[in-house]
Amino acid sequence: MHNCTLAELSKGLADKAYSSDELTQHFLKRIKQLDSQLNSFITITEEQALAQAKAADQQRANGNSTALTGIPLAHKDIFCTNGVKTSCGSKMLDNFIPPYNATVIEKFNQAGAVSLGKTNMDEFAMGSSNESSFYGPVKNPWSTDCVPGGSSGGSAAAVAAQLAPAATGTDTGGSIRQPAALCGITGLKPTYGRVSRYGIIAFASSLDQAGPMSRTAEDAALMLNVMAGFDHRDSTSSEQAVPDYTAALNDDLSGLTIGLPKEYFGTGLSPAIEQAVQAAIKEYEAMGATIKEISLPNTSLAVPCYYVIAPSEASANLSRFDGVRYGYRCEDPKDLHDLYTRTREEGFGEEVKRRILIGTYALSAGFYDAYYRKAQQIRRLIKNDFVAAFQQVDVIMGPTVPNTAFALGEKSNDPVSMYLEDIYTISTNLAGLPGMSIPAGLVEGKPAGLQITGNYFAESKLLNVAHKFQQATDWHQQFPAQFSTKAED
Amino acid sequence: MEWETVIGLEVHVQLATKTKIFSGSSTAFGAAPNTQANAVDLAMPGTLPVLNEQALRYAIMFGLGIDAQINKRSVFDRKNYFYPDSPKGYQTTQMDYPIVGAGNVEIQLKDGSTKTIRIHHAHLEEDAGKSLHEDFHGCTGIDLNRAGTPLIEIVSEPDMRNAEEAVEFAKKLHAIVTSLGISDGAMSQGSMRFDVNISVRLKGEEEYGTRTETKNLNSFKFMEEAIALEVERQIDILEDGGRIVQETRLYNGDTKTARSMRSKEEANDYRYFPCPDLLPVVIDDSYIEAIRASLPELPASRQARFVENYGLSNYDAGILSADSAMSQYFEVASQVCDDAKLTANWVIGEVSAQLNNTAKEGDGTSFALCPVSAEHLGQLICRIKDNTISGKIAKQVFEAMWNGEGDADTVIADKGLKQVSDTGALEAMVAKVINDNPEQVENYRNADEGKRKKMTGFFVGQIMKASKGQANPGMVNKILMAQLNG
Repeated sequence: MHNCTLAELSKGLADKAYSSDELTQHFLKRIKQLDSQLNSFITITEEQALAQAKAADQQRANGNSTALTGIPLAHKDIFCTNGVKTSCGSKMLDNFIPPYNATVIEKFNQAGAVSLGKTNMDEFAMGSSNESSFYGPVKNPWSTDCVPGGSSGGSAAAVAAQLAPAATGTDTGGSIRQPAALCGITGLKPTYGRVSRYGIIAFASSLDQAGPMSRTAEDAALMLNVMAGFDHRDSTSSEQAVPDYTAALNDDLSGLTIGLPKEYFGTGLSPAIEQAVQAAIKEYEAMGATIKEISLPNTSLAVPCYYVIAPSEASANLSRFDGVRYGYRCEDPKDLHDLYTRTREEGFGEEVKRRILIGTYALSAGFYDAYYRKAQQIRRLIKNDFVAAFQQVDVIMGPTVPNTAFALGEKSNDPVSMYLEDIYTISTNLAGLPGMSIPAGLVEGKPAGLQITGNYFAESKLLNVAHKFQQATDWHQQFPAQFSTKAED
Repeated sequence: MEWETVIGLEVHVQLATKTKIFSGSSTAFGAAPNTQANAVDLAMPGTLPVLNEQALRYAIMFGLGIDAQINKRSVFDRKNYFYPDSPKGYQTTQMDYPIVGAGNVEIQLKDGSTKTIRIHHAHLEEDAGKSLHEDFHGCTGIDLNRAGTPLIEIVSEPDMRNAEEAVEFAKKLHAIVTSLGISDGAMSQGSMRFDVNISVRLKGEEEYGTRTETKNLNSFKFMEEAIALEVERQIDILEDGGRIVQETRLYNGDTKTARSMRSKEEANDYRYFPCPDLLPVVIDDSYIEAIRASLPELPASRQARFVENYGLSNYDAGILSADSAMSQYFEVASQVCDDAKLTANWVIGEVSAQLNNTAKEGDGTSFALCPVSAEHLGQLICRIKDNTISGKIAKQVFEAMWNGEGDADTVIADKGLKQVSDTGALEAMVAKVINDNPEQVENYRNADEGKRKKMTGFFVGQIMKASKGQANPGMVNKILMAQLNG
């Protein structure tokens, strides 16, 4: 069953080939047997999952099911789940049990999906390797000496290792696409505002966006059908109508214009990854697409711009973790100042503290204009680059990440080289555009990702473009050997 | 040396919305701690603010009420600071792009002159919670019921030159916001709070002196006292050759003293930046015009109408129109009795005095809660006009009405206070007083015309006393004259 896509499982449930209960038990069994090698889950909600599965089977029997009814999923531990610990990968929230669901969770519940548990992540979604988690690093199923990417590394590893058919992630600077690329799965970051942020623990509010992480583009479309939509609890969510994202999956690609930004193929890109991307482009040409070289001239400014804006927002977003109302509180504070400083000193990890400091500095009187205001101006320039590019092309393609998964510990002491992991993904967040990463090859046994960026609210087009590639290739059907054969029933 | 005081005000006004500015929690005053704080107010992880449109409308109403520019694009910012009653670790406010731009408020001074105080801007923001220092044995309790209550902060230019002007300005703002119905103006509940910026300079000097800010004054009286105290302190320092330190001060109304809270050097760097959870507020002309069309009458136009329609003095009209509940009360009562001047006297005099004894200063709802309804006051005044009772007895009747003993006619009947206008009864009363006081009658009759006038007072007093005040004074006079002179 775990070899099946979400779409296939949905059909299996509809055809009564198996029940959601059986399906859920199967995945719970795999998690129990295999996750000790990966550390992809922080919390496994077995009891709740089985109860949801039984309810889903009932729902299917009653004939009022959706495509997702009875499908087991894993959720990044950044989505608040009513009654279930939501840690955000941090000691600060190790004891936090929200009394409410994130809108995304609510929507999956309404669709009848089953939640297997909460997946590991970089602390407060700050990281590109999953090494900043309070719960320890996640291993890449393709090579357990390597990182799975981050921050949605737990979700990526769980899907790659077939511990869950699909999972949710969030992406602030590449946190869905980069781990999807490193773990060889399909990840979609929707347009900013397409999915409600309510109940997602905020990292950088103007950049955060939730999306699906799955085996195929079709599965991502089924997930996004549930996740997308206006939410009156999130002022920044879009009122734009939500299409059926599966409707255009098979549209013909002849006449499609693909832009290749020259800035994405320069120094720093591994030749093997470039080869994989070029091979993918050839596939698209074969399908009738036209290739056009374009320029996104401000690309080199994206990483520095992001590392001013995201930490600035984070420095305010994380102020609420003060030991007063919930979460970690230091022992025996002697006064208010002591409560604040020790709670935050002890409760936050290194990377989180680094970013709070950067953000606090960038917003300080006397530095605001030089950093925050300047970064906002650059952000506008980066957005304009894309707006101009989409006058000429339908989608933009390139590598998701310059290299394949790196070794655990390799970049832990070099934050800047870690930040450069997101060099191709960050611009998309700054511009608020939708972006995908799909498997496009294997380099020395490790996955390479193709990034597809679309115009605002062009998720259907992205999914169509990704799906057609997956119809023509089988990179998305490759599984890490260590996990694909075990626990088969 | 002659000193000049320069005062500017920052006024926080709680808006009378049913729910909070960014959440659906109730804003009702006085609930048990933390029962009106939901996940958003508690700043639970992942929760997001959503602007309450009513708060926006109220802020625009205020702007229109002071002829201010309404900004079609305004932006919410985060003001970062750590304090337990600020659950997010920042306050959501408006810094660079407030909803209300520059405007004007005209005040009237006791000498009859008027003065225009310029408003720099007014912005929307959220209130903080409350720290409770009692009852927690060395700890501080936090009540977040108030956290997220919508406020407008009104910032004036430094246009006031003494405490009287500052207090008149504050009262005028109170009148405006309560007339607009955008705030209950209940100052004892913190619905209106004043921060006063004060500096002094030598008369004729162009440059402003170094200012201090006295924060969180919640009554007109405290404001007046705090200004007097601070002006005196600053002048003393300067005359002793010292320098004023820019600082924030706190005034204690109980001890009538003030102390420094923090100096400029200790001031926070609030690291303002636009709140990414809230979109800029963009409105168009039709939105503003629809609100303008629905504006209730403002004190200034009401005052003019009272002078014009009711023939009241400018002064009386000014008092009556400042408080919308009071002006409404006045209008209803005067319509019932059809005597605006007498009604104005009663409302400004007796009714206000009674309310002041029970209500707290500035609590604009006091007239709305008056135990004697406007209709009943009107009926009482009718009884004065139709000679059922005298003005003096009317005060007694009013007191009984205040105490819940029924309307005017009931009280008059129950207590037998009806004025005696029966000629026979009055003639008998007058005759008895004349008979009982032969000496005074003798003196009267021997006195000349000028002295006689004064002497009648004695007889009238005796008759009123005998009638327990119920004799019709006009008729008593007539009969007395006839009998004394006859």
